[in-house]
Amino acid sequence: MDSSSLAVRCENVVKTYDTGGQKVTALNGVNLDIAMGELMMLVGPSGCGKTTLISVIAGILDQDHGHCEVFGEDLLNMSGQSKLDFRAHNIGFVFQAFNLLPSLSAAENVSIPLIINGMKRSDAELKAVAVLEQVGLGARVAALPSELSGGQQQRVAIARALVHSPRLIVCDEPTSSLDHETGHNVMSLLKEVALHKDRALVIVTHDARIFEFADRIAEMDDGHIVKVKNAK
Amino acid sequence: MNHIAIKMLMGDRGKYLGIIMGLTFASLIMTQQPAIFLGLMSRSYSFITDVGLPDIWVMDEKVQFVDDIKPLQDTELYRVRGISGVQWAMPMYKGLLKSRLADGTFQTCIVVGLDDATLIGGPPVMLEGKIDDLRRSDGVIVDIDGAIDKLGKPSPTPGGKPIPLQVGDSMELNDHRAIVVGIAKVTRTFQSQPVVYTTYSRAKNYAPRERKLLSFVLVKAKPGQDLAELARRIRATTGLAAYTREEFKTLTYEYFMKNTGIPINFGISVLLGFIVGAAIAGQTFYNFTLENLRQFGVLKAMGTSNWTLLRMILLQAVLVGTIGYGLGVGLTALFGYSMRHSILAFKFPWQLLMFSGAGVSLICVFAALVSIIKVIRLEPAIVFKG
Repeated sequence: MDSSSLAVRCENVVKTYDTGGQKVTALNGVNLDIAMGELMMLVGPSGCGKTTLISVIAGILDQDHGHCEVFGEDLLNMSGQSKLDFRAHNIGFVFQAFNLLPSLSAAENVSIPLIINGMKRSDAELKAVAVLEQVGLGARVAALPSELSGGQQQRVAIARALVHSPRLIVCDEPTSSLDHETGHNVMSLLKEVALHKDRALVIVTHDARIFEFADRIAEMDDGHIVKVKNAK
Repeated sequence: MNHIAIKMLMGDRGKYLGIIMGLTFASLIMTQQPAIFLGLMSRSYSFITDVGLPDIWVMDEKVQFVDDIKPLQDTELYRVRGISGVQWAMPMYKGLLKSRLADGTFQTCIVVGLDDATLIGGPPVMLEGKIDDLRRSDGVIVDIDGAIDKLGKPSPTPGGKPIPLQVGDSMELNDHRAIVVGIAKVTRTFQSQPVVYTTYSRAKNYAPRERKLLSFVLVKAKPGQDLAELARRIRATTGLAAYTREEFKTLTYEYFMKNTGIPINFGISVLLGFIVGAAIAGQTFYNFTLENLRQFGVLKAMGTSNWTLLRMILLQAVLVGTIGYGLGVGLTALFGYSMRHSILAFKFPWQLLMFSGAGVSLICVFAALVSIIKVIRLEPAIVFKG
């Protein structure tokens, strides 16, 4: 694959945790490429290292060994502030538990990445409303997370991940808290509004019902990528 | 991000009110108890405050505080008058005498005898009558609190309130007849006994026969005199103690501080209030941060710097601190205002506001620091844990 078309390149990534004096190897020489415009799913049993891998890819966890380049940048060698700036500009997050701030309205939640990037609050909220309309929540911009259904909260989370136009979106089990139909709708939405040729999506999931949305599926086990297959 | 910090803080109303209440309680107890303490201590020298005219008080050198009367011979007055720099010097009698009430019981009163000619050292505020009425035969002026309560005439109904002493009523002071010619307002004294003013010569008649009856010599310095230097000159010439008004107040205040259990009792209650308030407010604020750790983790994962998070937490701490402090101080002021006509001692100077402000700030900074350390050490990868 041409390196300029790569969003993520991981080579021999190793990550070990020290849990009460015992070393646990979460990633044991992971090699993975993710192309721009691609929706990659990471699947595998619990504890196989999926979440650790997306944490490394998203630059919120440092690997012990190996290289992980995101858009050609080696995050391990970046200073703390550069890494924060890189994350703030280039990465969007969708979490299993939505992780919306409960005291902020939908629009305020969505505006957070823009405010972090230095935009004025009023401008950020205007843009957030526009993105919420894009995900079908134009009528609920003032609602608090507690006033929204699980599916609606995940839509807000998707809007928050998209609002600052990041080039990589990492999703951790985005459908596991949702019923089948809502999960399907959320994935359709993600694919429809989030995926385009200048952006890559990495989704960690257990949910086999959403595999159909992937371009490629990387199966992990015991800290390795054991197989990468085309989904279609 | 300030807006987000404030919304995070106020989002959970229960916890927000809990922190505010903790800080309110802390600042209330840090101001209310010391205000009572200061009020009580200021009563120890309230008699000196009320006698406003003299610059210097002259007394026996062994006197330790204002109520510690060690009488002088009347001749000392003339010795003091002879010292250069003294504009005038007047005698004052101060002693405890028994008053026999209409029901046959006795009440100890503070009797103050003023210079017959000038009546210098009289009550600060006259409510009824004039101070000059003391020149009338057997005339005395009684303080309003004493007149209403302890020197009042028995109620015609059993268990009823006493009938206040009024101008024209007679009373008995140490077996001598006295006529009330005025009612005055004086600052409550530490002992809370009724204060009765009369002339110096009449006070000497009321007092048991003693060779020495002069309690104080009140001195006014000539204009331009250095008071400390004049006091030193009086001490050197007469061998008596001479203090400026402020020095005499300090002497009295320090006596009570050193020789009574009041400071330690109030100190303990203020310290306990501070500890309990700090524990409640600090723990609640820390818990609030802990419960929001995931939210801080989300912000951190999205690219918020530690510095910004630190500012957010400090803003939250300053906000709850200011509101809690304001409410606590407000409640203390309200308490003081509502008790202004009661017997309760209460003094709320600006220094106490500073003290409690510093105390509440300390609590907030400490709670914020502990929380900030937790947030700075936070791994943003926490956000991926289910």
